[in-house]
Amino acid sequence: MDIYTHNRTILGIPKGTIMEQPIASLETGKTAVILRLEGGYLFRKKMGDMGIRERKTIRLVAIHPFHGPVVVEVDGREVTLGRGMAEHIITGDLE
Amino acid sequence: MKKIVLMGNPNVGKSVVFSRLTGANVIASNYPGTTVDFSKGKMRLGKEGYEIIDAPGTYSLDPSNKAEEVALEMFGLADLIINVADATNLERNLYLTLQLLERKKPVILALNMWDEARHTGISIDIKKLEYDLQIPVVPTVALSGEGIHDLIRRIDEARSAEKIEPMTESDRWIKIGEIIKNVQQVTHRHHTLRDWISEASIRPLTGFPIALVVIFTALWLVSFIGQTLISYIFDPLFTLYTPIVMGLSTWLGPGFLQELLIGNLINGQIDYLQSMGLLTTGLYVPFAMVLPYIIAFYSVLAVFEDSGYLPRLATLTDTIFHRLGMHGFGIIPVFLSLGCNVPGILAARSLETKKQRFIVSALLAISVPCMAKNAMVFGILGPYGIGYIILVFATLFIVFISSGLILNRLIKGDSPEICLEIPPYRKPDTMTVLKKTWMRIRWFLQEAIPFLFLGVLLINLLYTFGFVEWLGGIFAPVVQGWFGLPKEATTALLIGFLRKDLAVGMLLPLGMSPMQLVIATTLLTVYFPCVGTFAVMFRELGIRDMIKATAFMICTAFVVGGVMRFVLLGV
Repeated sequence: MDIYTHNRTILGIPKGTIMEQPIASLETGKTAVILRLEGGYLFRKKMGDMGIRERKTIRLVAIHPFHGPVVVEVDGREVTLGRGMAEHIITGDLE
Repeated sequence: MKKIVLMGNPNVGKSVVFSRLTGANVIASNYPGTTVDFSKGKMRLGKEGYEIIDAPGTYSLDPSNKAEEVALEMFGLADLIINVADATNLERNLYLTLQLLERKKPVILALNMWDEARHTGISIDIKKLEYDLQIPVVPTVALSGEGIHDLIRRIDEARSAEKIEPMTESDRWIKIGEIIKNVQQVTHRHHTLRDWISEASIRPLTGFPIALVVIFTALWLVSFIGQTLISYIFDPLFTLYTPIVMGLSTWLGPGFLQELLIGNLINGQIDYLQSMGLLTTGLYVPFAMVLPYIIAFYSVLAVFEDSGYLPRLATLTDTIFHRLGMHGFGIIPVFLSLGCNVPGILAARSLETKKQRFIVSALLAISVPCMAKNAMVFGILGPYGIGYIILVFATLFIVFISSGLILNRLIKGDSPEICLEIPPYRKPDTMTVLKKTWMRIRWFLQEAIPFLFLGVLLINLLYTFGFVEWLGGIFAPVVQGWFGLPKEATTALLIGFLRKDLAVGMLLPLGMSPMQLVIATTLLTVYFPCVGTFAVMFRELGIRDMIKATAFMICTAFVVGGVMRFVLLGV
């Protein structure tokens, strides 16, 4: 988890401290804003197909043990994602 | 004839719209990827006839699996597109809409699930949306038929949007953002009971107990409905039928025709399982033993499919299935295969890579028995106690898991992770469930009856010409020496290629012990798929992969048969 302070508005989030972490590291039930998708064209396209894009609000619905899948909610819709993908969805939250 | 193609994201109800437009029946369910192939139908509009094509769902015109490739191919053929979109999820659905419009084909937009959008507090300004997209937009509720008339009436208004030019992915999302801001209003809503159930059934701690309860209830329902149908409908029918067929037997007198139609009389009586005549066993197996369970299975499956539970089950099984070289979506082909392997293998098209499709197809063919065969296993092993039946399924389960673990290491290629949309729970519609069940039963009758008759005929011929003895002799070292079964069981394995249910029936007259029956019925699943499954695997996988799969099946059969013999028979 990276915590840093920034002095300008990023993606509509005003000045302050941002906690940056992959969606899979969030607590179950918590909501955050997607800062970026770390991956190539195909990964970004696949996520886009599911409505997972930068600036979107995303909620962690469930996380399965043994490196299992993660369930997130975007736009009121649930999507199941493999853990590897979820590690590359970086979200930000205001502390 | 002009071609109209229905296009849209997965699970927005294209197949339901298709049924409404053409009157043709196609299978629709509440999970993404029900339609993996296209269906064609016809529709008359005024004087003109149109061909309507129901394409598989796709998120964009850049395909990422086989089903999406089919969709793109269909797009190429289209003279006019009916773009079906989910009104409850407009933003995401508009991505494909814009891509369609950029290609300058005439499009009309059906905003489906309009009622659900209203209930969830989403309101969309149709007039503004029509203005922004420059095409006609019609709100519809395909399940109830609402709005379908408007859609038909306005089809000839479909046109291409002149002002929408090809753009980059990010420009497309910006444009969609503008449109949404302009046309859509969402009122905040509170969490409902449905949301609560939805989350409980997908979280690991609550999800697994719920899944166990759901699956056991489903199994219990299938067996309860099946047995009830047998005891109260089908068995009484055959009791009425017996005097008729006995009369016919006496009238025919001994000879070839009696052999063929009635078969062997056992102690002067017809034994529906062992007589092997066209009018006795040939009718009893499909109608009194298999059909009741087919009815039971498919009605329960339809409720399952339409409720939206399957994608949640796919999430729960993902962790295990990932070790087997697939991902959780693989549970859907497995479920369909429990009815019949053919639709199961077709459903594998929704998996992304060749490796995943190969593994799931091979596992289905090796270790997932179809309902026709299961019904016979219940019928034959049932009297000895449920323990023997459990033994068969437990063995198949072990074969499924271990074959998956092995194939995942043997087969080269990628196994991408799961990325699956979870549809909202919906209350299954009684009419839809009944219609779907009836379609599948009819399909079973059309496919199964000819092959069963052929099988019974073939058995008679084989016995008449002494082929059974000869074949038994050749395979005796394997069947008798290695599997510990009587050598006559070879014929059952041969007939199993035509119909597995009939093959199970053929084991009965051989006087085997219950443990031998367990081995033989398990092997009947493992050794080779039936001809229908073989044909569809051949088509889907190609000759090279089919040879690979066949080699794997034969090896598995040897290992499983041998191990079972030593464990269960102890010799």
